[in-house]
Amino acid sequence: MKNLLKELLFPLIAVLAAFVVGGILILLVGDNPIVAYRLLLGSALSWPDGIGYTLFHATPLIFTGLAVLVGFRCGLFNIGAEGQLYVAAFATAWVGITFANLPAILLVPMCCLAAILVGAFWGAIPGVLKAKFGSHEVINTIMLNFIAIALVSYFTQYHYKVPGDPILESAPIGWGAHIARLGKFVPGLPQRIPLNLAFLLALFCCLLVYLFLWRTKWGYEIRSTGSNPLAAEYGGISIKKQIVIAMAVSGALAGMVGINDVMGYRYRYYDGFSDQYGFTGIAVALLGRNHPVGVILAAILFAVLQHGGIYVDGFSEHVTKDIVQVLQGIIILFVAAEEFFKYMSGRLRIKNPGKV
Amino acid sequence: MRDIFNVGLLLSTIRLATPLILAALGGLFSERSGVINIALEGKMLAGAFTAAAVTYAADEKLHLGNASPWVGLLAAILAGLFIAYIYAVACIRFKADQVVSGAAINILMFGVPGFLSGAFFLSSGSTPQLPKEHLIPWTPIVIAFGMVAVSWYVMYRTPFGLRLRAVGEKPEAADAAGVSVNRIRYSGVLIAGVLAGIGGAYLSIGQSSLYSRNMTAGRGFIALAALIFGKWRPVQTMLACLLFGFTEALSIQMQGAVKLPSGEDIPVQFIQMVPYVLTIIVLAGFIGSSRPPKALGIPYQKEK
Repeated sequence: MKNLLKELLFPLIAVLAAFVVGGILILLVGDNPIVAYRLLLGSALSWPDGIGYTLFHATPLIFTGLAVLVGFRCGLFNIGAEGQLYVAAFATAWVGITFANLPAILLVPMCCLAAILVGAFWGAIPGVLKAKFGSHEVINTIMLNFIAIALVSYFTQYHYKVPGDPILESAPIGWGAHIARLGKFVPGLPQRIPLNLAFLLALFCCLLVYLFLWRTKWGYEIRSTGSNPLAAEYGGISIKKQIVIAMAVSGALAGMVGINDVMGYRYRYYDGFSDQYGFTGIAVALLGRNHPVGVILAAILFAVLQHGGIYVDGFSEHVTKDIVQVLQGIIILFVAAEEFFKYMSGRLRIKNPGKV
Repeated sequence: MRDIFNVGLLLSTIRLATPLILAALGGLFSERSGVINIALEGKMLAGAFTAAAVTYAADEKLHLGNASPWVGLLAAILAGLFIAYIYAVACIRFKADQVVSGAAINILMFGVPGFLSGAFFLSSGSTPQLPKEHLIPWTPIVIAFGMVAVSWYVMYRTPFGLRLRAVGEKPEAADAAGVSVNRIRYSGVLIAGVLAGIGGAYLSIGQSSLYSRNMTAGRGFIALAALIFGKWRPVQTMLACLLFGFTEALSIQMQGAVKLPSGEDIPVQFIQMVPYVLTIIVLAGFIGSSRPPKALGIPYQKEK
């Protein structure tokens, strides 16, 4: 329990510090930070809209947060979740369009499988490149993001668009590929809120990732590779294999964003649908201390901000929804520079020797 | 096909390569000193926004007339420096993970311009239009190509360049020889801030006449790709930037002008992919080998 508190304390300090810096920025542009923050955070608490939309926004962030987490645990930095989720979402839609006439009992699993496998494939590419040629996964995932986005945009524009549609989006997927919105089961939650079964899948994936990393041999080997690759190699673990496996699992998790967006929300592939989910996933994993439970909490925090951003945009004079990105950036910067807080607390201690 | 390859294409290649060259040379100084720079994109955004906003303010509020774009350029340099300084303090002083901090800077700078323009210009992420006579379309091009020669000279013919390269390859040895590893790394990162800031400024007050949301559109990453494609060397990096600028120019010119034999447009997406695909291939060692500086990404811990 004490350990848990300790783990929670640092992210909390980082978030608070970011809010203080953000508050100063809001003051500087001539608005009241308390009013802005009340809009930003308060709008998420209303039922059903606030909570429904917040959990809907949290869904992709849980997936990408988990994706980045699995990479980190293997010592890899997957900046490629953005590309992985795009190719996977397109593949989901492709299956949903191509086999549109199949019944749900076949089409739903097929579409989900497409998201998972294609995400895993796109994630495995930088894994293989690192294992075989030693080229850095950070650079390759960045490059693959751009390639992925261009590739799916090409397919959408030239092959899967409804002729005459001015929007860059695919044809609709078959009825059999739709998954239910939670409003169908939860009384009081209207079905217009796109929170869907993918949210439950995301929570289930948190459990799976936990079990995989901490309760299986594969997970153990991945974590050993991440924490001490040399020792892992001495212990007979093939680092190269772990890198490919971890990147594939990471890509599969990112790919499941496609299930949420294509099968549960838009029912088609929409070009450029991702609101930087892949990059926010980095923030989610870091703030969540690379633990599945932390990922859920961090994803909800960022989803609250994302939802509140719309209200800030509408109701405050000077502050726009960009404040959300600003806060996100500052939070990661603080989380990354953990040493900074140690340094600060060290200085405070020296200044007040009597109190400590 | 022939009417595409003309002087216009050449000029457009040079124009499109200019911001890449500036940012990539910045990345060169940072990475050769051992600090990864995936934050080039964020620094360019900072430069682009600041240049346009300050030029506008200098013009409208201070009535500086023709001097305003120069004030804007200077402000962009300061903005790049400021962002680079935050990055340097995080990565060097507090030994934060360089990739994580770089990603943080990028996310931060996706937001800051929109936040500020919303506050000051009551717009959703863009600055007001600048008059044509208050732009600097040529100077940054001259600076960019001039900087290639300067970078080469500094890197290979000055004590600073030698120290910079030593710090990026073997910081322990440089330290033992009396070089302050951290001070050199600060210089490398700050130079990157200045150059990326100018590169960004060129986008907003050189190539166009305002800052628009997410104006860099990944150019910071293409610059990073060019740096790798150019094997972390100034002249090769410039050539890589020209190549990537050429692919972009080509994709713009071909839009609607060239058709496949089947009568379809040539999809621009495939031309857009070229820099990224080439970078992956080069990094994997299929075309010669591109080896990063040995100490790249590793914070330096002085032995006690």
